[in-house]
Amino acid sequence: MDLTAPAPLRPAPAIAARWRRRLRSLGFALSVVVIVSPAILVFLWMLSLSLKNEIDNLAYPPVFIPSPPTLNNFVQVFTENSMGLYFWNSIVVSGGATLIALAVGIPAGYGIARAQAHRLIVLILIARMTPALSYLIPLFTVFQFLGLNNTLTALVITHLVITVPIVVYIMAGHFETLPRELEEAALIDGGSVWTSFRYVALPLARPGIVVGTILAFIFSWNNFVFGAVLAGRATRTLPAAVYNVLTFEQLAWGPLAAAALVVTVPVLLLTIAIQKEIVAGLTHGGVKA
Amino acid sequence: MAATARPGFIARRHRSYYFFALPALVVVGLVIIFPWLFTVWMSAFDWKIGSVAHYVGLDNYVGLIRNQRFIESIVHTFYFTLLAVVVPLVLGLIAALIFHREFPFRGLLRGVFTMPMMATPVAVALVWTMMFHPQQGVLNYLLSVVGLPPSLWVYSPTWVIPSLVLVEIWHWTPLVMLIVLGGLAALPTEPYESARMDGASEWQLFRYITLPLVAPFLVVAAVIRTIDALKAFDTIYVISQGGPGTASETINLYLYLQAFAFYNVGKASAVVVVFFAMILALALLLLYVRERAKWT
Repeated sequence: MDLTAPAPLRPAPAIAARWRRRLRSLGFALSVVVIVSPAILVFLWMLSLSLKNEIDNLAYPPVFIPSPPTLNNFVQVFTENSMGLYFWNSIVVSGGATLIALAVGIPAGYGIARAQAHRLIVLILIARMTPALSYLIPLFTVFQFLGLNNTLTALVITHLVITVPIVVYIMAGHFETLPRELEEAALIDGGSVWTSFRYVALPLARPGIVVGTILAFIFSWNNFVFGAVLAGRATRTLPAAVYNVLTFEQLAWGPLAAAALVVTVPVLLLTIAIQKEIVAGLTHGGVKA
Repeated sequence: MAATARPGFIARRHRSYYFFALPALVVVGLVIIFPWLFTVWMSAFDWKIGSVAHYVGLDNYVGLIRNQRFIESIVHTFYFTLLAVVVPLVLGLIAALIFHREFPFRGLLRGVFTMPMMATPVAVALVWTMMFHPQQGVLNYLLSVVGLPPSLWVYSPTWVIPSLVLVEIWHWTPLVMLIVLGGLAALPTEPYESARMDGASEWQLFRYITLPLVAPFLVVAAVIRTIDALKAFDTIYVISQGGPGTASETINLYLYLQAFAFYNVGKASAVVVVFFAMILALALLLLYVRERAKWT
């Protein structure tokens, strides 16, 4: 940064400048620590709570390092709160909703990109602005009528509200970036529009499909309110189940933190895989930055 | 888009490409568009689940205007939203300026910084619930370490909304940071070089070059943040349930109670329609600002 400026030859100011520079980089390092530490500390505190026994968790002043660490909290949430069942429910619901979204969303993204139907993207923005409860009330009423409340089917259908717009948006964006020439070549050779999609565009779209799948799965996994309203005791998804640990055992902090970790760790792991595309996913339908 | 698309096979076959969107349109029609229409339709009925619906026209809407609790929930929502947009924008901008510079472990630390963003909101809310606890919570302990008096956090009617915003800031500042960082990466370097030659200070560089250039990205972040803050539900529901009393009851919380505690489907639908109109109006306003403003 200062390499362009010729260094003055007088020694005293030069030393002062060096010190000023050191002080400045120390200040910078400090500001990095300040902005990063809240993120890391909350997760560490969560981990600490989940690995301590109840006495240490309620101690004041707080015990920070579990000694000795215990896995009892995790054992408890899986045995007494049937966290295993809810984990499976979440996989079925998020997995099912993601698969259906891929089946209808990949072709739709392709169609929108190639037909230049950008107006359909506005629909996705409006869908993103709509409060979740405005889907929930009508769907709840209809499921009530069809006798589908408290079933995983109802949850999978409702989660399509989350997964379909994301997949369509990501795929439309991705197909836009693929060159048309290859598909045109396939068409000139006598292939149908379908063959040029199936055998030319689709294989090239694999990276986009991976991103769309992971984002749709994460957002569906993180959703709380659909499960809280539509699910019965046996069909709860993880976030709804974890919330129930809170309501029924108000002060059992260890199991609560353990349950919270069980929900969020899979998401954090998936996030690592798609670091760079997260912004596109979170702003989907919004104006492209 | 006019029909003056580029020549070639693909352009000529536009119509057949619409068929690709058909299955998705059916799904979207059933789970997204149908609920919209159904909501508007139901808002004209006095209907509790399990009883007979009566057509009441606009009565549900008129009732809302006179409803003190609903009006208060609007005030709470806007207070919450204002804080939950402005603070993350400022902090996100600062964080983006920091992460824009080169330093050791930058990639790793940026990854750590963005972790909160994807974490399951309910899980995050539960941890904060424990941290907010007035007797055993770690936050009051930290306050006592630096010599500050303890706070009631979410148990105090005055502090509940700022405390909930604190969670929101923690959760979403990384998103603002990433959006702005994308903007910073696209900045040209020439203006900086010539300004430096003219002896501009670091602050002047920021104020007259960086800020105007990243302003459009800040607006994008503001739009997204506004929509999400207005719609915030999970953290508020888990941490305070709108309490103490109704001190943190936002529109969304009020809506939830009407729909799924009292099963007032008609009234709740009217709330949804009003709520959606507000979100739409604010988003359009911000987008209008983005179109119109001259940033330099």
